[in-house]
Amino acid sequence: MGSLKKLVNLPGFNNALSSMVAIGAGLLFGLIILLVSNPAEAFPGFAIILKGGVSTGAKGMGQVLYFATPLILTGLSVGFAFKTGLFNIGASGQFIMGAFAATYIGVKWTFLPAPWHWLVALACAALVGGLWALIPGLLKAYLNVHEVISTIMMNYIGMYLANFLVKSSIYDSKKALSMNVAESAVLPKAGLDKIFFNRMGASGHIDLSTVNCGIYIAILVAVVMYIVLNKTTFGYELKACGYNQEASRYAGINAKKNVVLSMVIAGALAGLGGALLYLSGAGGRHIKVVDVLAAEGFNGIPVALLGLSNPIGIIFSAVFISHITMGGNYLQTLDFVPEIIDIIVACIIYFSAFSLILRNLLPRFLKWRKSLKHDGEGGNSEREGGENR
Amino acid sequence: MEYVIEMLHITKQFPGIIANDDITLRLQRGEIHALLGENGAGKSTLMSVLFGLYQPEKGVIKKDGNEVRIKDPNDANALGIGMVHQHFKLVHNFTVLQNIILGVETTKKGFLLMEEAREKVVSLSEKYGLSVDPDALVSDITVGMQQRVEILKMLYRDNEILIFDEPTAVLTPQEIEELMKIMKGLCAEGKSILFITHKLNEIKAVADRCTVLRKGKYVGTVEVAQTSKEEMSEMMVGRKVDFSIAKDPSSPGEKALQVSGLHAGGKLKGKKTLANINFDVCKGEIVCIAGIDGNGQSELVYALTGLAPIEQGKITLNGKDITKYSIRKRNMEGMSHIPEDRHKHGLILDYSLEENLVLKKYYTPEFQKNGFLRFDQMEEYADRLIQEYDIRSGQGRRTVARSMSGGNQQKAIVAREIDIDPEILIAVQPTRGLDVGAIEYIHKQLIEQRDQGKAVLLISLELDEVMNVSDRILVIYEGEIVAELDPKQTSIQELGLYMAGGKRQERRDA
Repeated sequence: MGSLKKLVNLPGFNNALSSMVAIGAGLLFGLIILLVSNPAEAFPGFAIILKGGVSTGAKGMGQVLYFATPLILTGLSVGFAFKTGLFNIGASGQFIMGAFAATYIGVKWTFLPAPWHWLVALACAALVGGLWALIPGLLKAYLNVHEVISTIMMNYIGMYLANFLVKSSIYDSKKALSMNVAESAVLPKAGLDKIFFNRMGASGHIDLSTVNCGIYIAILVAVVMYIVLNKTTFGYELKACGYNQEASRYAGINAKKNVVLSMVIAGALAGLGGALLYLSGAGGRHIKVVDVLAAEGFNGIPVALLGLSNPIGIIFSAVFISHITMGGNYLQTLDFVPEIIDIIVACIIYFSAFSLILRNLLPRFLKWRKSLKHDGEGGNSEREGGENR
Repeated sequence: MEYVIEMLHITKQFPGIIANDDITLRLQRGEIHALLGENGAGKSTLMSVLFGLYQPEKGVIKKDGNEVRIKDPNDANALGIGMVHQHFKLVHNFTVLQNIILGVETTKKGFLLMEEAREKVVSLSEKYGLSVDPDALVSDITVGMQQRVEILKMLYRDNEILIFDEPTAVLTPQEIEELMKIMKGLCAEGKSILFITHKLNEIKAVADRCTVLRKGKYVGTVEVAQTSKEEMSEMMVGRKVDFSIAKDPSSPGEKALQVSGLHAGGKLKGKKTLANINFDVCKGEIVCIAGIDGNGQSELVYALTGLAPIEQGKITLNGKDITKYSIRKRNMEGMSHIPEDRHKHGLILDYSLEENLVLKKYYTPEFQKNGFLRFDQMEEYADRLIQEYDIRSGQGRRTVARSMSGGNQQKAIVAREIDIDPEILIAVQPTRGLDVGAIEYIHKQLIEQRDQGKAVLLISLELDEVMNVSDRILVIYEGEIVAELDPKQTSIQELGLYMAGGKRQERRDA
């Protein structure tokens, strides 16, 4: 009992719990929409959403991880910027620019041998994503242009530019997609092909999942970001600037430089996310030349919110959102209109993002419960959303 | 005598701290009742309980003898309790009138009836001698006027119990006098006032009775007329307080900080221009820049510390030209700065106390290795400073700075800046908003630094502080140093004349 109490008092537990409650609320809301749109099939439909990728066995689970990979990176991009006091709405643009850079190198630079080819592609994608965020960073630091405005603008510029560049250099007009990247540029499976596959029919044909070592890279990057933010002087400075720029300046920290650096790092993360999604061979994703902003970029925002901007939390929230999205796709086997499915998934995701509010409400609620139990016996802590290190 | 408000045996706890421990306060009708206590003694908490912002764990509140429950400020308002907060709650781009009626608008079919409201505001304003222009924008009027708007807000709501939370902290001496008159006028009209403060002079000037709190506990209630300032301060601090500051004559050594021909701030709108500032601060002396607020003190500090660029001139520290140095480099050369605004510059409020204590040092080998913070060292260092400088907080070094009391926040900054072992300590209004005990403590620290042979530059608006602490006074007026005085051979009246620009010296170097 005593250890349970200790656990409840840990801020980390509190954070995780509020995310869980938010997810619960989101799912409940999704169920209501299901009931309204198609009462007869609502509960089987709800079960499909809950099962997510698991509906199609090991391959489906692999696909969940494959689509979670870019979400982890864009979630980190938004979350990292948020921790340093910036609101990066531009993950979409940075993501697609990184995706283009990686695909271009993957298709054209065939002179590079296998591990180097995809490594260089990843590095260049991060670089291009970083450069894409450098512009809003500079504008913010030196001309005080709000980063929300400038990153939104950069999203559109990035999308159209990527469309133009894909069409003029690496376009496969038969499929209306970007070309397949060279074999040497495809991210290795690193053992994941032994886990995430389905055996089809009597012939034993193996249906492989697209998941590859990108998920390892994403998790590694998340861990690195966690360490940078919480254990290094660099993270200490960045967070200080995020909380109070004037006081950081007073302490001798170069606040302007840090704003630019934060944006560049956030952009590099999103750009890397683009590369990890698109360097996945013929069966994987290809860049579509359509006038739509990359959804992975925007979904980074709820991922970061649900993960409370904690890099480790972001890994889990990205997997969850990918899981729910997959579940939504399988809903089509029942009698649901695709638009309704999108609405349901979006509602669940956005409800989940309320975890931030819940984190502040939950302790109060618990306290209230407690004070009801033993009224007047002296209530306990009123915790003001203090950040845990 | 009947009591309008009785707060009986109030107890309120926060994590790690009992903010109010069995406190009783009785307010008579038509009196000014002072609530005296050091920072963190629980004055604000007690008033927040009365105003419905906190729920006490124990105790009852009675209004006119009947027990009441105040769950939120709306309940308080319904009972006729109003509050002027230390930081005003005004909408800056609204007019005075709009601010006053905000929340209690009289409407007809959804339309505002501004004329009725205006009449009431104007008549109230005349009745109590507040003379506020109802159509002025709040952002255009002075802090003193803004306070009157807050008072009018309470009157407009027909409040009869008025809480003033440290109302004089933000005012000039003239404005304070006006406020005192207004408060007396309010009482004459039958209002009852609770006056939170830690300034004994003000209590002596207006209050009828005074309740003293210390460390969350009730010490006593006294008749102000029959109690001396010394007795009250002893009740507040718990020991005898030395009002005069004991210090040996200074023995200035070689020059530490030298400023010559400094011009700055001319291009910035709304800022005072510094014109041809020349002065030195020697090791082992406290030089004080005295002046009325807004005569270029902030600009001078910004120029010295590197927070703002200068146009012309030279700053040297121990003979080294630091004019072009960045803030970080100046710090590394031994410049320490206790800033004027501890929330804006001094602290990162969302960081823990520990993280704030290393704010100027985190990058040194003591606290980092290969770019990684050395948490064990940080913890040890923070615990040492907390002990040495007696910084009190709910959860020790892990306390979030935001949740600490003002006095302890300031102590943390003082500890950090002094522990750097500076060549020059620039202290800007280091005792602003602090209580007697903390002021005494900080003055002792400054003098101790001097006695250890450090150079200290003190920027202060408090004449008592200027006269008692400093070894040499420089008077700043309209961005210029107009006089250099010896505190032992100068009277406060003379100092005041220089500060107001009524007199100036021809300085040898000007």
